[in-house]
Amino acid sequence: MIEGSAWRRWVFFRLPMGIFLIFLLFPFYWMIITTFRPDGELYIPWYRATYKPFWTWNPTTAHLKYLFGETTFAIWMWNTTFIAVVSTAISLFCGVLAGYALSRLNFKGAALLGTTIFVTYLVPQTLLFIPLSEIIRTYSLGDTPWSLILSYPTFLIPFCTWLMMGYFKSVPKELEECARIDGAARWQAMLYIVIPVAVPGILSAMIFAFTLSWNEFIYALVFLSSPEQKTVPVGVISELVRGDVFFWGPLMAGALFGSIPVAIAYSFFVEHYVSGVTGSVKG
Amino acid sequence: MATAAIPVPEGTIIVGKPKWRPLEGEGNLAMLLLLPTVALLMMFIAYPFVRGILLAVTNSKVGQMGEFVGFENFARLLKDPIFHAVVYNTFLYTFVTTIFKLILGLWLALLLNRDFKFKAFTRAFILLPFIVPTVLACFAWKWMFDPTFSVLNWMLFKLGIVAAGAGVNWLGDGDMAMLSIMIVNIWRGVPFFAISLMAGLQTISPDLGEAAAIDGAKPWQRFWYITWPLLMPVTMVVMLFSVIQTFSDFQIVYVMTGGGPANATHLFATYAYQLGVGTGLLSQGAAVSLAMFPLLFGIVIFQLMYIRRVETR
Amino acid sequence: MSSVTIRHVHKRYEDFHAVKGVSLEIKDKEFVVLVGPSGCGKTTTLRMVAGLETISEGDIMIGNKIVNQLPPMDRDIAMVFQNYALYPHMTVYDNMAFGLKMRKFDKAEIAKRVNNAADILDIKDHLGRKPRMLSGGQRQRVALGRAIVRNPQVFLFDEPLSNLDAKLRVQMRVEIKKLHQRLATTSIYVTHDQVEAMTLGDRVVVMKDGLIQQVGEPLELYNRPANKYVAGFIGSPAMNFADTMIEEAGGAVYATNPTMKIRVPEQIAARMGPHKGKPATLGIRPEDLRMANGTDPEDLSFEAVVEVAEQLGSEIILDLKAGGSAMVASVEPTVRVKPQQKIRLAINPAGLRFFDATTEAAI
Repeated sequence: MIEGSAWRRWVFFRLPMGIFLIFLLFPFYWMIITTFRPDGELYIPWYRATYKPFWTWNPTTAHLKYLFGETTFAIWMWNTTFIAVVSTAISLFCGVLAGYALSRLNFKGAALLGTTIFVTYLVPQTLLFIPLSEIIRTYSLGDTPWSLILSYPTFLIPFCTWLMMGYFKSVPKELEECARIDGAARWQAMLYIVIPVAVPGILSAMIFAFTLSWNEFIYALVFLSSPEQKTVPVGVISELVRGDVFFWGPLMAGALFGSIPVAIAYSFFVEHYVSGVTGSVKG
Repeated sequence: MATAAIPVPEGTIIVGKPKWRPLEGEGNLAMLLLLPTVALLMMFIAYPFVRGILLAVTNSKVGQMGEFVGFENFARLLKDPIFHAVVYNTFLYTFVTTIFKLILGLWLALLLNRDFKFKAFTRAFILLPFIVPTVLACFAWKWMFDPTFSVLNWMLFKLGIVAAGAGVNWLGDGDMAMLSIMIVNIWRGVPFFAISLMAGLQTISPDLGEAAAIDGAKPWQRFWYITWPLLMPVTMVVMLFSVIQTFSDFQIVYVMTGGGPANATHLFATYAYQLGVGTGLLSQGAAVSLAMFPLLFGIVIFQLMYIRRVETR
Repeated sequence: MSSVTIRHVHKRYEDFHAVKGVSLEIKDKEFVVLVGPSGCGKTTTLRMVAGLETISEGDIMIGNKIVNQLPPMDRDIAMVFQNYALYPHMTVYDNMAFGLKMRKFDKAEIAKRVNNAADILDIKDHLGRKPRMLSGGQRQRVALGRAIVRNPQVFLFDEPLSNLDAKLRVQMRVEIKKLHQRLATTSIYVTHDQVEAMTLGDRVVVMKDGLIQQVGEPLELYNRPANKYVAGFIGSPAMNFADTMIEEAGGAVYATNPTMKIRVPEQIAARMGPHKGKPATLGIRPEDLRMANGTDPEDLSFEAVVEVAEQLGSEIILDLKAGGSAMVASVEPTVRVKPQQKIRLAINPAGLRFFDATTEAAI
């Protein structure tokens, strides 16, 4: 437990921790409260006496109704889910196999290839979005979910590979050797022994890749154009902002509901996610 | 004595002919396992990279492949005052936010590393800014920064810091807008620093701190001489990731200011987007994007070398 | 079941020559132990037999088949690892059944064999459990069970007992011995523990620096070590060594140094011809030393100073200083000595060994 007297505990622990929590979580509170606040209460200038920011006694579902009724938000949710699930699946498949090969097999060029994949892991999406948009257009993939499903793995695979390499290295070599002596071919030892043992690592990679592709913005912004193809982040920004007019109620409702799937996925796998964060750092 | 001739066992010798098992060869199996990854990365990273360079040395616009113009696009950038501002902004943005993320993240990591009630719960909530879609969270901030309805101004007003009708112009003034996007970037990055550094802290044996305490080290001395040096390798890697992310940031600026007011907050990525996609000057946009590469490359090499030095020490 | 022949086998890594021409013939049903310090090449040799390491030079035959090119899966062997290598995501039953499933045995046969092995090893109650729920000894039994269900040509053991505590180790040693008596499968067992080697092996192979030092039955190694290294490695406490000069005086041969002048027994003296006038190392086991009682001849005893006396109940181990060299003697439990006391020790002449000072080979 925390040592020291009560005032020390307050000054050195509770107070800073409280400030951190308010700083980090207040925007979410603001999102929620705005979602359920009627327009009449939202648009009061901050210096008026009637400005009561932290609570509302007249909660409304008008913004939600607008979001789900007047916009194609539900379709964006579906698009985002579909793209995130498929690109995560592709990336996991590639990343697990590549991670296994790079961490467990001796072959010419292993070190070079490992370094190359690490370097691509560091390439930011914003470096390549312009030529990539050209390529997407030449493949006639523009404005389809496949443009994202195929391009998201470019940053997800290096990440999954890197994470899985670290995880596979922690699986004792003897397990695999024993399986091979037991009569398993290399690929069988991988499939029946090493991969099942690495399931926690795969879950970490999965949940991380899912949130990364759910949150991706610039490729979706550049590659998609018609409203019914868009993902949540792009849809919200392009359909709920008209020029300089922001529909704050529905915007916040969209932000809230667009965050909920990742928050739920995350809450189920907090531990895996945290080990993904730390694993991605340690490698 | 060990090399005395060994008699061959009775019966005919059979040379064990292996069945045809191509995947028992490590090279072959590795090749097969890496094939999908290499194919995808070639197609969607290596090829775009080459294509990007080609774009940058031509004068292409959307829908038409241009002619070769050599380094004209880059030469134009060197003379472009907005590009100068972009370089300055990006370095300032990266430098300031990284410092703050490191300090605040480390502080939070040290707080989280203690034992207290609801620790797992707190830790889970703290990561939220990092996991929710950045664009959506930025809208919440933009709403909080709204000139007329800002809850932050209301708080400052209630605290007596600003007068009614003279609130902070969060996103409307150039310097203030830069500060605002920095705050949002720090808000988003601190959880990542905190959780990663906490994981690093947990690998440090508490025995070391206790031994130092017995040797008479005060808490800050324990931190400075024990914790900080041991945490260095993790810190460096976290910084590496954060610097790359921040240097190439797009979403926060795009949502909060769109690069404005008067280009005061443009970064490489947003300027590239404005030129390449907004104005349709593909080649110039690609040139701005690519200009990021040598700078980023330099930073990464520098940091990787530093990490290696720290780790081999 | 079958024999294993290792012929002139080398293992070279990029910067390390791990095994330098090892030749060994292991007969059908034999239990052979490879023993030596870490880095001596014993584990590498075993792994080459298993197919986990490629062979740089030479042949390995199982039965009359050269297996150099075969992957482990095609060699029909079983191996027990130091850390057990139990598949953590499978139950004990599935762990034992895995090898049979891979070889496409039918379900009934698998069940029969697994249950049979579980009976032999007394792990029937644990078949449904995961390895992490088992104690160290139980895990070791499962690892053994996994090896025996397949009824392979050869068992390979890679230091299987070194993760167990001392008491369990003795118990499992007996268990492995019993198992071998029952199944009579050709076995190669690697260990760094000479006690395990002596108690388990039909024959023991002492290795050092990638070379075989001596192959023989346990007592042969103990009684007739081929060189100084084997003499020092086998037996506990280890053999004492003293540097001496071989000299002839009055028709007898003596090994002398400033603190001792020991007469070399006749049958060894006969072989001393070329060593006369040259240095040689004298070796004597602690159990071949006892307290002198006054009737012992001068030239079969020497003086020493007690440094530490360790009372073990059945014997006393004396750590001594005789001139420049440290000596250990194992004496009767009734002896009473004090530290720094000067005593005289008598040598059992049958226990005297001599080694060439340069080649270290036995004389």
